Amino acid sequence: MSIKESLEKVRDNVWELPSSYKKEMRVPGRMYLDDEAVENIEEGALEQVANVACMPGIQGASIAMPDIHFGYGFSIGGVGAFNYNNGVVSPGGVGFDINCGVRMLRTNLTEDEIKPKLKELTEVLFKNIPSGVGSKGQIRLKDNEIDEVLDYGAWWAVERGFGWEDDLKFLEENGRMKEAESAVVSAKAKKRGVPQLGSLGSGNHFLEVQKIEEVYDEDVAKAFGLEAGSIAIMIHSGSRGCGHQICSDYLRKMDKAYRNYKINIPDRQLACAPIDSKEAQGYLKAMAAGANYAWANRQMMSHWVRQSFEEVFSRSAEDMDMGIVYDVAHNIAKKEVHKVKGSHMEVLVHRKGATRAFGPGRREIPKEYRSVGQPVLISGTMGTASYVLHGTDVAMEETFGSTAHGAGRVLSRTAAKKQFTADQIEKELNAKGIHVKANSAPVLAEEAPSAYKNVDSVVKTSHDAGIAKLVAKVVPLAVTKG
Amino acid sequence: MEMKESRVNKYDYFDVTADIGFYAYGNTLEEAYENAGLAMFDVITDIGDVKKEESRDFEIVSEDLVSLLYDYLEELLFLQDTEFLFFSDFNVDIEKIVDDSSDLNNYKLTCSAYGEEINWDIHTPKSEVKAITFHKMDVKEDDGVFKLRAILDL
Repeated sequence: MSIKESLEKVRDNVWELPSSYKKEMRVPGRMYLDDEAVENIEEGALEQVANVACMPGIQGASIAMPDIHFGYGFSIGGVGAFNYNNGVVSPGGVGFDINCGVRMLRTNLTEDEIKPKLKELTEVLFKNIPSGVGSKGQIRLKDNEIDEVLDYGAWWAVERGFGWEDDLKFLEENGRMKEAESAVVSAKAKKRGVPQLGSLGSGNHFLEVQKIEEVYDEDVAKAFGLEAGSIAIMIHSGSRGCGHQICSDYLRKMDKAYRNYKINIPDRQLACAPIDSKEAQGYLKAMAAGANYAWANRQMMSHWVRQSFEEVFSRSAEDMDMGIVYDVAHNIAKKEVHKVKGSHMEVLVHRKGATRAFGPGRREIPKEYRSVGQPVLISGTMGTASYVLHGTDVAMEETFGSTAHGAGRVLSRTAAKKQFTADQIEKELNAKGIHVKANSAPVLAEEAPSAYKNVDSVVKTSHDAGIAKLVAKVVPLAVTKG
Repeated sequence: MEMKESRVNKYDYFDVTADIGFYAYGNTLEEAYENAGLAMFDVITDIGDVKKEESRDFEIVSEDLVSLLYDYLEELLFLQDTEFLFFSDFNVDIEKIVDDSSDLNNYKLTCSAYGEEINWDIHTPKSEVKAITFHKMDVKEDDGVFKLRAILDL
């Protein structure tokens, strides 16, 4: 029986792959997909969900988010929680871009106010926030200052004058994982990290000026400080070459470790080590350092976004009420307490292309939002909508407090370039009133909106299944890319 | 999805949904690794525009040929990111290190890479390579032709 035929419907938008599908599976697979997504899903991605279910110490289920697609070893849009006492950690379950994530800033500006200056604003943002291949940040670090970035993340950035102290309250982990230890990060990773700090990167990373087009839940939107018609800014970026190198360094280490520890895994790219081993502890500290780099990076870019708005509108960022709505990590592994079979357990939750979606009451959520659940930021792609949702109790019960992260690719870059030209994409976006500015013309064609899955259906499945609820829809007015 | 093998090309690309893969060929193992370097930089920029004005030498020891390919490409990426260089020519030597006290064979790769500093007035930005993946990475010899396969995370 094919893997797709083995899926059993639990309820609308929720499917189970029984652990009998493969004898090595320790838990079932669980997929959050609408009927159409089940039709179209790559079987390879489902096999990856089954493979993760075979790993030591996995709890509950190997979970696939509505935007699941084929990744390396672990699928993208996958969640796996491992018992902290006898489970494993795998760098492949986090991915190369450690703490790739999304940040949103609000403003009290309206579309009418910014429209006359939108072109200028796009140019200024493009100039002030470095992006693209080999992009260098704008600052020079002192000797060994990279260690402070890795150990303190966004705290370092605020201390250095990038942004406001209050910003830290509205970042996942407050922008700093305390487990981080720069001492276990390789010299190579640090060397790659130094010149790129404070840069957006390339590919699907972007900076957008957006309009809050629709509010679905007035009360929650109010709690998040979002108002229909007002302007917001979204930054999608990660830990640049520093995080990639940390992942790469530890993939090589884990490749040796899993053999030493005689761990049976169905795919070499799931290479892992027991959480209490020195390899795993080293990875967790280095990964946390990589995550801190990404939070510092987004913090610096937020500061330059505010400066750009100040430059164009000749008003202070405070006056434009440019506070941070929230900042989420969608490639990360974290120690969290969850209910497993009725009792509380410490687990290491791997989220690879998945967003934390903690429901009301969790102490990890800033107190301003605690009664409604955390903000969940799901980015679309260039020219499409993005969404704000909130975490739910259903997510706490079923997905270790997790939901989708965005739209996955459906067309390869080559195929996209065959179908679209950069000029054509730019014209289409301009026709919709969207200003776009990119370093590389091929990137515009590669990142054509139709090269991606429809993000609308991804958030609808999350909403309908209850693993995050819709709060607001935002649409782009200006986009800058690498 | 796989391209037909052709010895006319130094390398060919194949499609993977989110990223890009390549085959690099050579009459010797060394030539195939050199062409793998070209294949990677041709994803990042038009290598025809990259002059050979600077060189960097490095040495890598890895436990097998696949890991050697991974480590080699990663070293090139590291040099690009830290020294702001693009490379368009490679001179590779590979040597098997036989250690009688162990049943593991190590391989040593020595490379001189030639290129120039990144200059956006001259060089065309194409795609940023984030990392090298182990996915389907392969080194094989068929009828005296060496064929390498790698997928780059973009």
